[in-house]
Amino acid sequence: MRPDPRPRSHPTYLAFLVHRISGLLLALFLPLHFWALSRAISGEAALEGFLRWADQPLVKASETLLVVLLAAHLAGGLRVLALEFLGWRSSQKTMVAASAGVALASGLLFLFHAG
Amino acid sequence: MQDRSEPAPTGAVLQVDVWRGDASGGELRRYQVPARENQTVLDVVTHIQREIEPDLAYRFACRVGMCGSCAMVVNGRARWTCRTHVKKVAADGVLELRPLANLPVIRDLATDMAPFFDKWARARGTFQPKDAPDGAVPAEFHVVPPSSPKRQAADAGIECIGCGVCYASCDIVAWNPDYLGPAALNRAWTLVNDVRDGARQPRLDAVKGDAGCHACHSTQSCTERCPKGLDPSGAVAGLKRTLFWNVFGWDR
Repeated sequence: MRPDPRPRSHPTYLAFLVHRISGLLLALFLPLHFWALSRAISGEAALEGFLRWADQPLVKASETLLVVLLAAHLAGGLRVLALEFLGWRSSQKTMVAASAGVALASGLLFLFHAG
Repeated sequence: MQDRSEPAPTGAVLQVDVWRGDASGGELRRYQVPARENQTVLDVVTHIQREIEPDLAYRFACRVGMCGSCAMVVNGRARWTCRTHVKKVAADGVLELRPLANLPVIRDLATDMAPFFDKWARARGTFQPKDAPDGAVPAEFHVVPPSSPKRQAADAGIECIGCGVCYASCDIVAWNPDYLGPAALNRAWTLVNDVRDGARQPRLDAVKGDAGCHACHSTQSCTERCPKGLDPSGAVAGLKRTLFWNVFGWDR
């Protein structure tokens, strides 16, 4: 059955989705990350080759997306911690907006720094 | 005075899709109901039952938002039908009415609320007064200052009337049918903060774990949809916090 978006159309549900999906995508990325690190063990040339390949614009763009995912996941986690440990209830929508802002700002910072 | 039962000047007609069926399944059926200047969704359901389809099953009692028995899914969202004006929700003059989600359907728009209230019992949602030796009145009963933080935390969730809107809006209940759900946990949190209650620890034990507050993913649909503006999601977070510090033997 197709999920009905109507009961779920509110900011904190979106925050939950972003937190969950970014977590899953980061989990999928981890093996790739470890493989890249393993290049260093195989020797300097292998690592250099990989790093040169990673300089391509498309890979750079993917890295920016990765930074956004990491920041979104971190900010989403901070939102849940604030809700559970500090009891911040009424400001949850502000927290969601701030989380999104932090994630996008981190991505932009990385992109410009990388450039 | 304006006669509020008069049809709207346009003579418009509402298209109302009502879920008809029982536990074995069902389908949406369309009815035409005269659009009026002022009408609630419950008025529309009552019109269908009285004028068109006498065997339509639905539930209501007070009609003024006190009893919590008329909740249904209106155009995709769980709501009190008695306090929902048609013109606020009927985009393009179309209403879609379904029984509350996450509960077994008895027939048409009437759901079986038993699993919902069974979970209140499982969460130990009954006040259990503290005991004192020799039948004396426990000290906590003498004065409970309304401004004390514990009483304010208890008061925050005490107005719940058990309508089931939060329960029907909760995805975690849909994913894990054993999950106690926002209303039962809100009730437990209210009692955890009641200084006169003597079952704090057994109640905390009853609400922890995979079917308890730790299953909540903080989507906060319960808080978003509560017709009374309560915050069951905050109550669940409070239970998680209390249980966390409870591990170290701290009461926070």
